[in-house]
Amino acid sequence: MSAVTPDQVHDDHHHHGPTGLMRWITTTNHKDIGTMYLIFSFIMFLSGGVMALTIRAELFQPGMQIVQPEFFNQLTTMHGLVMVFGAIMPAFVGFANWMLPLMIGASDMAFARMNNWSFWLLPVAAILLIGSFFVPGGATAAGWTLYAPLSVQMGMGMDLTIFAVHIMGISSIMGAINIVVTVLNMRAPGMTMMKMPLFCWTWLITAYLLIAVMPVLAGAVTMILTDRHFGTSFFNAAGGGDPVLYQHVFWFFGHPEVYIMILPAFGIVSEIIPTFARKPLFGYASMVYATASIAILSFVVWAHHMFTTGMPAATQLFFMYATMLIAVPTGVKVFNWVATMWRGSMTFETPMLWATGFIFVFTMGGFTGLICAIAPIDIQVQDTYYVVAHFHYVLVAGSLFALFAGAYYWLPKWTGVMYSEFIGKLHFWCSIIFFNITFFPMHFLGLAGMPRRIPDYALQFADFNALASIGAFGFGLSQLIFIVAVVKCVRGDGKKAAASPWEDAQGLEWTVPSPAPHHTFEIPPVVK
Amino acid sequence: MSVLARFAVTALSAVPAAGAWAEQSSVNLQTPVTSVATEIYDMHTLMMIICLVIFVAVFGVMFWSVFHHRKSKGAVAAHFHENTMVEIAWTVIPVLILLGMAWPATKTVISMKDTSNPDITIKATGYQWKWGYNYIKGEGEGIQFVSNMSTPQDQIQGRAAKGEHYLLEVDNPVVVPVGKKVRILLTANDVIHAWWVPALGVKQDAIPGFIRDTWFRADKEGVYRGNCAELCGKDHGFMPIEVHVLSADKYSAWVADQQGKLAATKEDPNKEWALQELVAKGEQVFAANCAACHQADGKGMPPAFPPLDGSPIVQGDKAEQIKVVMQGRDGTAMAAFGKQLSATDLAAVITYTRNAWSNQTGEAIQPAEITAALN
Repeated sequence: MSAVTPDQVHDDHHHHGPTGLMRWITTTNHKDIGTMYLIFSFIMFLSGGVMALTIRAELFQPGMQIVQPEFFNQLTTMHGLVMVFGAIMPAFVGFANWMLPLMIGASDMAFARMNNWSFWLLPVAAILLIGSFFVPGGATAAGWTLYAPLSVQMGMGMDLTIFAVHIMGISSIMGAINIVVTVLNMRAPGMTMMKMPLFCWTWLITAYLLIAVMPVLAGAVTMILTDRHFGTSFFNAAGGGDPVLYQHVFWFFGHPEVYIMILPAFGIVSEIIPTFARKPLFGYASMVYATASIAILSFVVWAHHMFTTGMPAATQLFFMYATMLIAVPTGVKVFNWVATMWRGSMTFETPMLWATGFIFVFTMGGFTGLICAIAPIDIQVQDTYYVVAHFHYVLVAGSLFALFAGAYYWLPKWTGVMYSEFIGKLHFWCSIIFFNITFFPMHFLGLAGMPRRIPDYALQFADFNALASIGAFGFGLSQLIFIVAVVKCVRGDGKKAAASPWEDAQGLEWTVPSPAPHHTFEIPPVVK
Repeated sequence: MSVLARFAVTALSAVPAAGAWAEQSSVNLQTPVTSVATEIYDMHTLMMIICLVIFVAVFGVMFWSVFHHRKSKGAVAAHFHENTMVEIAWTVIPVLILLGMAWPATKTVISMKDTSNPDITIKATGYQWKWGYNYIKGEGEGIQFVSNMSTPQDQIQGRAAKGEHYLLEVDNPVVVPVGKKVRILLTANDVIHAWWVPALGVKQDAIPGFIRDTWFRADKEGVYRGNCAELCGKDHGFMPIEVHVLSADKYSAWVADQQGKLAATKEDPNKEWALQELVAKGEQVFAANCAACHQADGKGMPPAFPPLDGSPIVQGDKAEQIKVVMQGRDGTAMAAFGKQLSATDLAAVITYTRNAWSNQTGEAIQPAEITAALN
């Protein structure tokens, strides 16, 4: 199967394309676009990080010291939006762009021009989002979930956010369609679905989730927009609407969104563990089925985010049982990774450290997720720091750690240069230690009764907050180490990487030279 | 000092359990004082134990492997990559464990939802950013008051030492009798709030335009504190909840006291007030209801919260200002105060804003004018 477009056939012409900035603006090359996604997401990660550190600085001690409550709410809101839509999601799309064609032996993504367009929408959305801090009234302060009616009260920063969400949604949908078509149609001869690397599988399923739920989010924020400006009453009881309707629509998007941010991470980890255990992935088929089960279940659990809205007992029980079920396929994945490591011949280069760290810390987030699933316990911990701890364990220690694992794993392929093991390991150990110093105490804070999204707190929470703030600054600064590691590779400062720099790495991406040439697999490889 | 505040002090000194907050574990759920909260506490402990056992088992295996199956220790990789029996086992066993967890949780969900046959029913209304309480059924019927955080700004801004119950203290606490089933009806006036008192095991969103309910029966006298748990805007972190659980006798005394007070303060809506009286009263109403947004100096926090000092509406036609204050402004945080405050309070606060800072209209708005505007 080789659905190559005419401009890819003539490889030798690419040197005559635009140079300088225009090369990046007009590029349709999956590797260029992947690189831009990764750079964009890292910039957004740092922006969201600065917001997080401002929040932690304010919470270092009881009392108001650094920001005003209104601005504090803007920071928590924008931190969430920027990290979810600006950092984590685009980073995974960057990995998909770079690696999917290389993994399935395709010459590029299926829709190369749409690929360019779906990237270049993102900076526009980011400017609207970050720019909303500077409009009268500042950015939206309704929380990243943008709950009505609070979001209806906001100033024009809210409108900018709505448009940014629309644009990012369009970008995600186009990216997802591209991924689905690429994976289904452009696999090399002999690469059957069940021979695909697991990363391709997880991204294929993720792409379907994106196509299913991004329009739902767009609908939710559009209803807010019309409630704000055009006299509708979707979320206003006085006009026959219901504020809780917003939450149902939002979380119908929001819960699959959680898996959109973690399934590709599962894929990356499933590539790395077998490489460094020098042993094939245990239970490949069950991994695929588990991923699909998680994706399907994710559509029927949304109201577990809403246990305190006051729903009938039967509804609460249904969503509790469905949510608990998700622990089963997720558990299968963890068991499979551990079984892959079992009786392997392991080495712990930086990617393996991150992947092992991922399993350890992500699983803690999984356990707290199970505890949150129990409706009566959730009544106590909903909207507290316990939940903040829970979703940072799965989003930072889950998604972000897997992204770093993947970045170190494929950096030699991307740049042709080995990263410094010392710097990579330093980055890992600083990150995992400071991560736990920051977020572990938040479990205690939440259990003892500290609500989330508050700019100031009662005195009994002071010690753990101070500790969390110290950890947060350590964690934030640790991420600068990553810049050093990447810049060294990009500048060619390091050992030259072989086509396959890892001893036992499987997969087509390791059959092309390092760095991967601008065009690869113009003649599809044959997979036995 | 208000009667209520004095009562709070007596309750605090009389009830040893009031110290429970101080003895509270800083790493676990608060000491429960209702059957539901106790069930939640025990269920959480059980879940923690199960999770810890699984955690130790899974990561025991993983770290054993990490330390022993290393290439540097001469480990040679095996080649197995599936085992149907093992895979079925680790799918089925978790399902059984989950069933064991779901059983007690189901029982608790059902008892949490049973709000039938309450002894006392109280309606709690969330406002940006305070709680209003109406005792609508049972002993104390007819009592109503607004409950504001009582922590002074000086403590928040670091100009004064922070008190023991910093941010968790209110001017008018909810008072309920011990051992009685209390049903709380919840609604909100503007945005979604949530009424949460951890020791009672109660957290319920208050949704504007809808009524939700929840219940508790406190087994122990004492003072239990909580917060608004749903982001509700600027002062979300500053609308605490304080519940005083009293013995039956003390509760009856409190009810009598409240009802006496209500009768005493019943104002004659047709009374003609002097400008100075209205301004003095209005300043207090302003501090309790308006200053959070419009600020004590009337400068506001533009553009979200516009200044009143020098405002053309405040200095202009009084009918327009009365309309804004009574009906609020759609799509902004400006609430409709027509139903929240008495005619006298409304007249006083409008008169105050028209005669404070640089606004010197010299006009006194009488309660009768407000009543007229209401009709």
